[in-house]
Amino acid sequence: MNSTEPQPPEADTWARVHASEDFQRLRKRLRNFVFPMTALFLVWYLTYVLLADYAHDFMSTKVVGNINLGLILGLLQFVSTFVITGLYVRYANRKLDPIAENIRDEVEGGDKQ
Amino acid sequence: MSTLAQGSVEGGNPLVNIGIFGAFVVVTLVIVFRASRNTKTASDYYAAGRSFSGPQNGTAIAGDYLSAASFLGIAGAIAVYGYDGFLYSIGFLVAWLVALLLVAELLRNTGKFTMGDVLAFRMRQRPVRAAAATSTLAVSFFYLLAQMAGAGGLVSLLLGVEGDVGQGVVIAVVGIVMIIYVLVGGMKGTTWVQIIKASLLIAGTAVMTVWVLGKYGLNLSELLGSASQAAGGGDALLNPGEQYGESGTTQLDFLSLGIALVLGTAGLPHVLMRFYTVPTSKEARRSVVWAIAWIGLFYLFTLVLGYGAAALVGTDTITNAPGGENAAAPLLALELGGPVLLGFIAAVAFATILAVVAGLTITASASFAHDVYANVIKKGKVDSKTTEVKVARITACVIGAVAIVGGILAKDQNVAFLVALAFAVAASANLPTILYSLFWKRFNTRGALWSIYGGLTTTLVLIVFSPAVSGSDSAMIPGADFAWFPLSNPGIVSIPLSFLLGIIGTMTSKEHLEGKHKEMEVRSLTGAGAEKATVH
Repeated sequence: MNSTEPQPPEADTWARVHASEDFQRLRKRLRNFVFPMTALFLVWYLTYVLLADYAHDFMSTKVVGNINLGLILGLLQFVSTFVITGLYVRYANRKLDPIAENIRDEVEGGDKQ
Repeated sequence: MSTLAQGSVEGGNPLVNIGIFGAFVVVTLVIVFRASRNTKTASDYYAAGRSFSGPQNGTAIAGDYLSAASFLGIAGAIAVYGYDGFLYSIGFLVAWLVALLLVAELLRNTGKFTMGDVLAFRMRQRPVRAAAATSTLAVSFFYLLAQMAGAGGLVSLLLGVEGDVGQGVVIAVVGIVMIIYVLVGGMKGTTWVQIIKASLLIAGTAVMTVWVLGKYGLNLSELLGSASQAAGGGDALLNPGEQYGESGTTQLDFLSLGIALVLGTAGLPHVLMRFYTVPTSKEARRSVVWAIAWIGLFYLFTLVLGYGAAALVGTDTITNAPGGENAAAPLLALELGGPVLLGFIAAVAFATILAVVAGLTITASASFAHDVYANVIKKGKVDSKTTEVKVARITACVIGAVAIVGGILAKDQNVAFLVALAFAVAASANLPTILYSLFWKRFNTRGALWSIYGGLTTTLVLIVFSPAVSGSDSAMIPGADFAWFPLSNPGIVSIPLSFLLGIIGTMTSKEHLEGKHKEMEVRSLTGAGAEKATVH
């Protein structure tokens, strides 16, 4: 379609790369991180929503001055979002990107020749 | 507290408001014309030549995402309902983790221009692309209506334009400027509009936040105390349940809304399309990180602004103002900085609508031209990419016209409700198929079709028969009553159902696409063979 791009590798290239040890390691690393982390933040978010929705007295407990437990838990949702973002970026930069780069070079480089 | 003149905020100067807004339009149009010089190919028009950096795109995503509903709606909800308004912000923010962890990078690596590229990657092209385009157009339509309806409401509040004709004219002007952005600037021009708008919005709210906190010695607790005192002394504004705590049904409704908010973002087509404007998946990741930072910061600001408006303007004054809840942030601006700050905030609110509408229009037109025209009608054999872009431009004009007419008709509708509807459709019709496509190797064409059409239909049917449309005073059609579904938010039913339909459809079909899935997985995880940035 677009002449400026490299020709797409053959179908068996994809199958070969998919079966390679490197790719399987990359796939495992990605899934081992994102699936549990997604479960974690969704459970934490739903817990918070259910508390705010059904446990009004608990959430109305004053902690410091006029700041109640509901506000603190809500702000902690912000904190956990920022922390998970940071953790993922660190993980991806260190554990995912180098392998992905190697495989990409192999697929695209091997194809150009 | 000051009494309010009918029609517009007293003390605000419509000429100042219009002047500042006009300046924004002129500056952005100049930038859009400059950006358009390099828009030649389809990749330029749809994806800005994939030349934006992560931070730039992240800021643009924040510009796309922080709509008028976010800015005026959430600040207003906090000012009037207190804590329950804050829950919206949290759902809208946490949702970005779904996009970051599961969608953004993989989507960037697999697709070219639209959501349909990814969904149809290993499926039978025509039916899946048609389905993806249908749900893209549906989500964009509801989101567009929400923004245009918001524009209508803002007009009377901020510009002092009264009467149906006057409001209609302003909605039409917003629509026409938006069409010019999209036609001339393509994705590059639209992106710059988003970036400028996001910067203005965040700067403006930051100034107001510091100002409000400064009045209370930078002490949040004192601000909260003053807000609840102004609201009548009790702690109702600080505790949850003011808006949704009424009965078991409203509580369930809130849970349903919470689920749709957190799962909807990663299925919004205009957000997904932004990931194609960066050169690599790593930049897509940086985009989301920047977006999360801006959006999180902004929602922290709105928390202060909402309580600040309750404390300094007063909940009663806000509810009685033209525009109701939506007036909280503008009234607070007037209270703090007089007509000039109000003018700035009013202009930012208009710029917000303009930019979001432009982003939606380019997404919807791209989906029609690329998925429906090029791949369904022409079966992938378009003579040249210029034809496809031409179709996209014509579609943009049609969508712009529909948005203007729809906006004029829908101007009295509840903005937050229309946005929640768009999120419910996105979470039900789009997200299950996106996740299955990326992570489930057995997934096939029938599963995708059942999930998309099933999710879309269920959501729409449940909405039509919900109390939001009929059977209550605040309904769209207050006179009639054909509501049998008790909740205004259908997500709690439609989202699980759509996930389930995807599984049933897949398992009952004999189609196996595991070979193509291997290719898709290698591509999505490594970026091999992905679209590169164009060099000019």
